[in-house]
Amino acid sequence: MGTKEKSLTAVAALLLGLVFFVPIWTIDMDAPQYPEGIGMEISINKIEGQKKNDLLNINGLNHYIGMKEITPESIPELKIMPWIFAFLITSGLVIALWGNRNALLIWILLFVLLAIAGLVDFYLWGYDYGHNLSDDAAIKVPGMTYQPPLIGTKQLLNITASSWPGPGFYISLISMGLASYAFWSGKSSSKEN
Amino acid sequence: MKPIDNKKRRTWWAVPFIAIIGLTLYGCPSQQNLAGSSDAAQKVYVAPGEHDEFYGMFSGGYSGQMTVYGLPSGRHLYTIPVFSQAPVSGYGYSEETKPMLQTTHGFIPWDDAHHPEMSQTDGVPDGRWIFINANNTPRVARIDFANFQTAEIIEIPNAAGNHASPFVTTNTEYISAATRFSIPMDEETLENQDVSISSYAENFKGTLSFIKVGEEGEMNIDFQILVPGFNYDLSHAGKGPSADWSFFTSYNTEEAHTLLERNASRNDKDFIAAVNWRKAAELVANGEGREIPAPHYRNYMDHNEQRAKSELVETVTVIDPIENPGIIYYLPTPKSPHGVDVDPSGRYIIGGGKLSSVLPVHSFEKMIEAIENEDFEGEVDGIPVLNYDSVIHAEVENAGIGTLHTEFDGKGYAYTTAFISSEVVKWSLETFEVVDRIDTYYSPGHLMIPGGDSMQPEGKYLVALNKITKDRYLPTGPELFHSAQLIDISGDKMELLLDFPTDGEPHYAQGIAADIVKERQIRFYQLEENNHPAATKTEADTRVERDGNNVHVYMTTIRSHFAPDNIEGIKVGDKVYFHVTNLEQDWDVPHGFAMLGARTAELLIMPGETRTLVWEPQKPGVYPFYCTDFCSALHQEMQGYARVSPAGSNVPISYGTGN
Repeated sequence: MGTKEKSLTAVAALLLGLVFFVPIWTIDMDAPQYPEGIGMEISINKIEGQKKNDLLNINGLNHYIGMKEITPESIPELKIMPWIFAFLITSGLVIALWGNRNALLIWILLFVLLAIAGLVDFYLWGYDYGHNLSDDAAIKVPGMTYQPPLIGTKQLLNITASSWPGPGFYISLISMGLASYAFWSGKSSSKEN
Repeated sequence: MKPIDNKKRRTWWAVPFIAIIGLTLYGCPSQQNLAGSSDAAQKVYVAPGEHDEFYGMFSGGYSGQMTVYGLPSGRHLYTIPVFSQAPVSGYGYSEETKPMLQTTHGFIPWDDAHHPEMSQTDGVPDGRWIFINANNTPRVARIDFANFQTAEIIEIPNAAGNHASPFVTTNTEYISAATRFSIPMDEETLENQDVSISSYAENFKGTLSFIKVGEEGEMNIDFQILVPGFNYDLSHAGKGPSADWSFFTSYNTEEAHTLLERNASRNDKDFIAAVNWRKAAELVANGEGREIPAPHYRNYMDHNEQRAKSELVETVTVIDPIENPGIIYYLPTPKSPHGVDVDPSGRYIIGGGKLSSVLPVHSFEKMIEAIENEDFEGEVDGIPVLNYDSVIHAEVENAGIGTLHTEFDGKGYAYTTAFISSEVVKWSLETFEVVDRIDTYYSPGHLMIPGGDSMQPEGKYLVALNKITKDRYLPTGPELFHSAQLIDISGDKMELLLDFPTDGEPHYAQGIAADIVKERQIRFYQLEENNHPAATKTEADTRVERDGNNVHVYMTTIRSHFAPDNIEGIKVGDKVYFHVTNLEQDWDVPHGFAMLGARTAELLIMPGETRTLVWEPQKPGVYPFYCTDFCSALHQEMQGYARVSPAGSNVPISYGTGN
């Protein structure tokens, strides 16, 4: 890998540092009784309401249908994900210094696999929350589940739930793109040599 | 016999026709306003989801409260409990709010509230607070616009009746208040005396109070000015060039003590007292005046602890104008003046000539000149009386009969209510001539233009606060509510837009652009900032504790349950304190707490707030409690039980939710 590729790889790795500061996913909910909207933002290390008490109020709503309370402290992914990203950043930087193209390929593949695993995990998480409802729920609609969509918009009772990637996700995509470009660019330059 | 000529015959023909027309119109006094009523309807229509342009803050009169109306719709938005207990929320009943109504006469859960007055910055309403007086037991309350709740009430000592109150100076440095009734006061201590009422002229005195307002709005009586034993009626602070002065109307300069209707209406002229408050404040700051015992309560909401506290202030500083010349002058004003209003430029002082056929307008500039030239026509109790002809700027002719109050549109016009002739009269501040008049239904007292007593009136609407309703609505019984009328003053001609009913007996009102208030609103109280000593911030902390005969229930509410909702171990003879914390952190989700047999009221607890209800059960049994504010689909299920055992039984305290 030339200096350009090494630099690109380093940038790709360092860019991931931004993911610590912005949400990776957002879930918006619209309902007539929430004229200003209500929603949550999922980051790699925390889940927060879009407004100060949204999470509290979402939990308040969810308890009528028997959904588990969303307590960020009890979600193990929020503890693991920062380490995964820390690993991607450090390994990416090491590869950038080392300049090994194969290692970069492995880094990219690993990143993609982790991203897919993350999405699958997120889907399963949504599935669990939406399906695994308390038998004591006050409101039961036969056949109704409350799983939010992975991506897109879905009507859940009177609530329109919209789930979309947040800035953290796009930053990860850009990082992947830069790394792939560095790999591809390194390939063509090695041919010329 | 002389034949009737044709011309005359035609005239006679017309008589029955005129009579019929007359009969048709009889009972339709508003006929003249019906033209263009669809246009008027459009002007007051506020579509669903849209907000009114102004908040109108109306005094509640004998309701003791303040009511909030949207303008131009005339919709009643809210009632703020101030001086009267309010079962609607438990104000004045709950342990947290009871201290607000503490006075040196004891707990006084009612009053007669007359004049709302907004805080101002640079002579313009700033949307921080609104003050209102208690006319009966002299008090002034401050209401916070952030939550529309009464934040503070201060008692005014050495006063009897608090009518000319509370009027603010242009930067809310002071609120003034004057005694309505003079009383016999001890020369040294100003203590109310046990003397013959017929010794009025010799023994009775009055006071003008100046309440200093702090950064956070906290009020304290900085000084009182001792004044002759007249009745003090209304006031307004000056502005612009006259900003250092306050003006107070007086009647009964005759110093009569019985049948005032006749005996206080003898003098051709009474006085407007012009008080140089800045000079008086400086004198007091430099040690003039004397501190005398004058116990009075200052009650305030401690926001940190979410409960009201009462503080007894022991003294007040009194300053005597005889010993300190230059702080007060009298402007002779015909005749038994009621209102006194200062125009937006601060140049004119307009007296409401209640029994006068002209409306007197004094000039501030001439007043200062007369003071400098010592152009006095006499003095009363050491206070110089200025020469009427030297200070009067104009007398507005034909300004109606029984002129009371004047407000301004900021476009060079003044609007005066005439009680007896039942109209609002518009006149020019340039020519001092009447340019327009409109009938009101009926007999207006005060009138209000948003910002109309400030340096920047919003000259769009005028509200006439009428005293008599008569036939304007469906009859509701012998007591009819008082009617307000919204009048469009944006054009050359005043146009009546709307009648709307009000609550209590509103006297004065003030208006402010809704945008200024809206941005200051808080929507719920932050639970983490709730430092109420009996707050319970999570369900895990809920508990019931016995302390002798007192049982303390630390309870929480959240949609849709109480924690705990089953309580046992209470005995007859116990005093049960329900300390209820509303855990919600969303706007418009208060929860109520109502207990069967509770002798005070329910509680209405705002999100994040703690309130305490005391219950003294009289008989054994199981008593339900429930939420009174519809909160969710499962609101009706939001309930619980408290078991009461006979006195002396040994049922242990136990409690729980969802077992």
